[in-house]
Amino acid sequence: MEALAENRLVHYELHQNCLVIYVTDDLDHHTVLKLREYSDRLIEAGNMKHVIFDFTDVGFMDSSGIGLIMGRYKKVMFLGGRAAVTNVGEVVNRIFTLSGLYKIIERYDTVEEALEGMQKSRKEKDSYYEINH
Amino acid sequence: MKLIIESVSENEAFARTVVAAYITRLDPTLEELADVKTAVSEAVTNSIIHGYCGKSGEIEITCEIQEQEVIVRITDTGIGIADIAKAMEPLYTTKPEWERSGMGFAFMEAFMDSLEVTSEPGKGTSVLMRKQIGKGQDS
Repeated sequence: MEALAENRLVHYELHQNCLVIYVTDDLDHHTVLKLREYSDRLIEAGNMKHVIFDFTDVGFMDSSGIGLIMGRYKKVMFLGGRAAVTNVGEVVNRIFTLSGLYKIIERYDTVEEALEGMQKSRKEKDSYYEINH
Repeated sequence: MKLIIESVSENEAFARTVVAAYITRLDPTLEELADVKTAVSEAVTNSIIHGYCGKSGEIEITCEIQEQEVIVRITDTGIGIADIAKAMEPLYTTKPEWERSGMGFAFMEAFMDSLEVTSEPGKGTSVLMRKQIGKGQDS
């Protein structure tokens, strides 16, 4: 995969067909503008099927973040891919819950669990989450 | 408190941080602080994206405290909104190509106690939001 210039708002990892994007700043209209195209280039360059956004270091998010995640989900969805969010704190969780994002984006506690979950069917994942939460 | 900022996206974080700092005297919970920051961020972003359509302009943010209530007004002199009720419908957006979720007003309503939007096409838009701080606290 071609090397992309660094983006100070995120760092990323590739795990087989999964792209993991660790967001390291608050997500608002300003930061989302800088992440949208960058994320798309990562997905395209690595031919990624699934995308996972990690929120460990995100202290604030507004509705712009919903657009960012939905946009990337729509991108991978056409090739049968899925999107997930991990390590979601309380502040960000309220935004996701209120927006109804969890109806289509999967939530996992950790990146490891998400990577495992992405390889299973969506149905298996849902039953996992019902049992564990 | 009155703050006037240029309508550039860099100022979104600045605006919500200033309002958050201003209301710390009310000893808000982290949740209340996040609520106000989100509402301010949504309103300022609306002014930048929709009011001024990415062009240069000024956004005025006034904030006052009356007892335990915070009152925030965010005003622009941008293009205004012709149909406010339509603009406030959840998921409605005029900028789907910019990946706007259409949740801005819905979040302002959800996170604040009240929201009033006044607007005149060609003149601008003003958003008035109120929230009681400390409602859910034991102390």
